[in-house]
Amino acid sequence: MAKITVNGKPQELESATTLARLIALNNIVQPDMVSVQLNEEFVQRERYEDTALKDGDEVDFLYFMGGGRC
Amino acid sequence: MDFTEDQINRYSRHILLQDVGVEGQEKISRGKVLVVGAGGLGAPVAFYLAAAGVGNIGIIDGDVVDLSNLQRQIIHFTPDVGKPKVISAKEKINRLNPDVQVTTYQTLLTAENAPEVIRSYDFVVDGTDNFPVKFLINDACVMQGKPFSHGGILRFDGQTLTYAPGAACYRCLFHAPPPPNAVPTCSQAGVLGAIAGMLGTIQAAEALKYLTGVGELLTNKLLSFNAKTMDFRTIKTKRSDKCPVCGAHPTITQLIDYEQAACDIADRKKH
Repeated sequence: MAKITVNGKPQELESATTLARLIALNNIVQPDMVSVQLNEEFVQRERYEDTALKDGDEVDFLYFMGGGRC
Repeated sequence: MDFTEDQINRYSRHILLQDVGVEGQEKISRGKVLVVGAGGLGAPVAFYLAAAGVGNIGIIDGDVVDLSNLQRQIIHFTPDVGKPKVISAKEKINRLNPDVQVTTYQTLLTAENAPEVIRSYDFVVDGTDNFPVKFLINDACVMQGKPFSHGGILRFDGQTLTYAPGAACYRCLFHAPPPPNAVPTCSQAGVLGAIAGMLGTIQAAEALKYLTGVGELLTNKLLSFNAKTMDFRTIKTKRSDKCPVCGAHPTITQLIDYEQAACDIADRKKH
């Protein structure tokens, strides 16, 4: 079991969960449209599959937000 | 700069602030801020900067006021429908504060005009509704070492960050614009009008903080909020070495006009 933080909220994971799996678990609708930070470092999209999460990790999903002038 | 008695009175609540004072107000009065987009975000930004007495406010927007804008674009009034947004905004600013010089650009910001338009300003505020221009503002500002405030709103959410040379830029967080129509715009998905005010006033505060040097800017941070829960979150970020524009080996060395989403353009023509 690993206890991590996702967008500021605690989440418990089975050990050896990858970032790719976490994205699926969190029902991210358009994974291509999300930037992922792991412990304040950006993770390249191609690294999602081989990035395993460990206890205490902090993950942030950053979403595109385009409005303003409209 | 010598303030008149009226000016001292007008700006007294700034001058009273220990961190601002007469000196800080002078910096505001000498300040030049460009507001890109005179819409949901640009309206509160321009209003508050004008009230604050920012000496020179530039506003760039190619659109005219539409009835559907008035739910949130508070600088435009009902009789302004059909009027160019930059003219409508300038008229209100002049009435609010005659100390402010307003420069209007009734056009879209493009790769061609961006460097020239941005150059003479101290700070740029992104109040645009589309990703091509958001990335254009970022790249143009990074290339000129110009600080700017990014802002985005959608439905009940808002996000903002401030760029200053050396800090994370918008591209550090989001490498490239999403494909056209992958992310809905407010005109497609809607937005709670007051969200525009919540985010725009944060952006205006960042501009005033930059001009006066008071406090800490939202650099290396992404502030986001959701108005349904009123949860505000600040995520720490860092400049990315792999950033295509501000990283160690930039691959973007020229400004790019990304293609607009087709429906956005159709929408714009309709307005």
